[in-house]
Amino acid sequence: MAPAPAPQQKVDLREPRSWRRSKNRIVTTLMVLSFVLVIIPLGFVLFTVIVKGAPVISASFLTSSIPPNVLPANIGGIGPAILGTIEITALATVLAVPLGILGAIYLNEYGGNRPVARLIGFFADVMTGVPSIVMGLFIFSIWVLHFGFSGLAGAFALGCLMLPIVIRSTDEMLKLVPNSLREGSYALGATKARVTVTVVLPAALGGIVSGALLAVARAAGETAPLLFTILTVTTANPNVFSGANTSLPSQIFVNASSPYVGAQGRGWGAALTLIVIAFILMIAARLVTARFARFAR
Amino acid sequence: MSIVTPERQGRPAGSLTERRPLGDRGFQVLTLGAGLLVLVILVLIAVSTSQQASSWFSTEGTKIFSNDWNPAAQKFGALAFIYGTAITAIIALILAVPVSVGVALLLTQVVPYRWARPIVYVIDLLAVVPSVVWGLWGILVFAPWIQHIYSSIGSGVSGVPVLGPLFGPPASGASFFTAGIILAFMVTPIVTSLSREVVATVPAIDKEGAYALGATRLEMIRGVVLPHSQGGIVGAVLLGLGRAMGETIAAALVIGSSATITSHLFAPGYNMPSVIANEFGEATGVFRSALFGLGVLLFVFTIIINVIARAVVQRSARRGRGA
Repeated sequence: MAPAPAPQQKVDLREPRSWRRSKNRIVTTLMVLSFVLVIIPLGFVLFTVIVKGAPVISASFLTSSIPPNVLPANIGGIGPAILGTIEITALATVLAVPLGILGAIYLNEYGGNRPVARLIGFFADVMTGVPSIVMGLFIFSIWVLHFGFSGLAGAFALGCLMLPIVIRSTDEMLKLVPNSLREGSYALGATKARVTVTVVLPAALGGIVSGALLAVARAAGETAPLLFTILTVTTANPNVFSGANTSLPSQIFVNASSPYVGAQGRGWGAALTLIVIAFILMIAARLVTARFARFAR
Repeated sequence: MSIVTPERQGRPAGSLTERRPLGDRGFQVLTLGAGLLVLVILVLIAVSTSQQASSWFSTEGTKIFSNDWNPAAQKFGALAFIYGTAITAIIALILAVPVSVGVALLLTQVVPYRWARPIVYVIDLLAVVPSVVWGLWGILVFAPWIQHIYSSIGSGVSGVPVLGPLFGPPASGASFFTAGIILAFMVTPIVTSLSREVVATVPAIDKEGAYALGATRLEMIRGVVLPHSQGGIVGAVLLGLGRAMGETIAAALVIGSSATITSHLFAPGYNMPSVIANEFGEATGVFRSALFGLGVLLFVFTIIINVIARAVVQRSARRGRGA
């Protein structure tokens, strides 16, 4: 937003080379510098993960079982961890997304300015700040102590993390639905539930889906809630409802603390896989948003 | 996550006592139940984890805040972890906040819209990198590299007052400071996007007024943007603080895992989430209860910080509208 130049001859009315203008330039440079400071670590991490992870990754790496840590990186793979991550994240999504959407519907369609709705909205915000490790401890104490380690317990912990995120993102999207759409349907004699399900939700669907995808991307990369809920074993466990399981992030955590080069190599491969999964989800979220933005016009 | 909430529009509110079809009322009850689930989960977290922690609280009493952590001798004083959490979070914020506010101002006040979008994408990418990947990179690549820098700084300031006790030897790659740096990377996207949201609400007419009086961009930012968005930025920083305190896995890998209280920032340390993550597997009895207790303390701290942050943001938003 620089001052607009005069249309014909360029007459610069500003003080020439004053301290004020130099200060302005210095601060602008500092702002650009701060962005550079953000790019450097990001570039470094992505570069390292790609350089160290890409040579490890192959079709057999993605599917074969996890070998003992001492073996070199070209033997074995992370198949069980990928399977576990897909199982647990999918189950968490099934648990948290519908509940989150329903909660957001209450906040936006029914609650209005009632105290209970304001309380729920406030604490949904606060819940996004609960550390993920506390969610792990919570599920350990109410579930794992009684029913043992399982993918389901991990899904509960991830679901607790996703729930407030889904509520908040859905709530934002429902707020954008114009009131005239609702009023039009009421005028046709529809009940409130019918208006919500057949008019309001479809109108906000794009935003809701993309918010849910971002919540899934966040959950897929979480390690702390899984440590005490799935136990991180090395064998594949296709049954998500019982028995200890494993996942990509917790496998990376185990490998990162291992002194063996082979295990570290597999850790880099798993890290690249995890980042690719997260990127795909993020890009999918953007595509959904773009698609629906066009559809809405 | 958004901290700027526009006022809700008035909608025809459903009353449960009204004569409406059963399915309609049922749906309302269903949505209310889903909303109340948030409160139920929060209460359950508090109750179930404190229950597990009760034997720590009862056997140690006030000694839970002592600086004596030795599981082998059944000593569970948590001061070192609280200290480590505070130190790493403060380092993270000192590094992350100026950068985040700088990027937020760059995005909203300096670059044109079509450049702002790619910059936002880059910041989002930073948020997408999972914390365990930061930890993996931190311990295998970053810590060995930065150890040399620590050593040279350490030998340079050794014996100098103030600087010596802070940055002097011992210099370890896995340390308070490394954990602080890694946490700063993870906090930056949050603080940036929240403060960008706040700064974007500054009315254009105020900014143009400042320019019309001949202000430079810096003077406009200091005179108009910052006073208007102060509260929101403070809220964003507090939310970043909550995140930095609770972030587990990256810190657990790079903090050095040593329960010590020292002014030496380059020395290995420990913080609350990482001791839970690293020790929980082997812990039983009072040890496990103590780790649960650390979780309870962490939960209470982050809840308090989040409540204050939301309150600060809401108050400043109200004042902003009123003015």
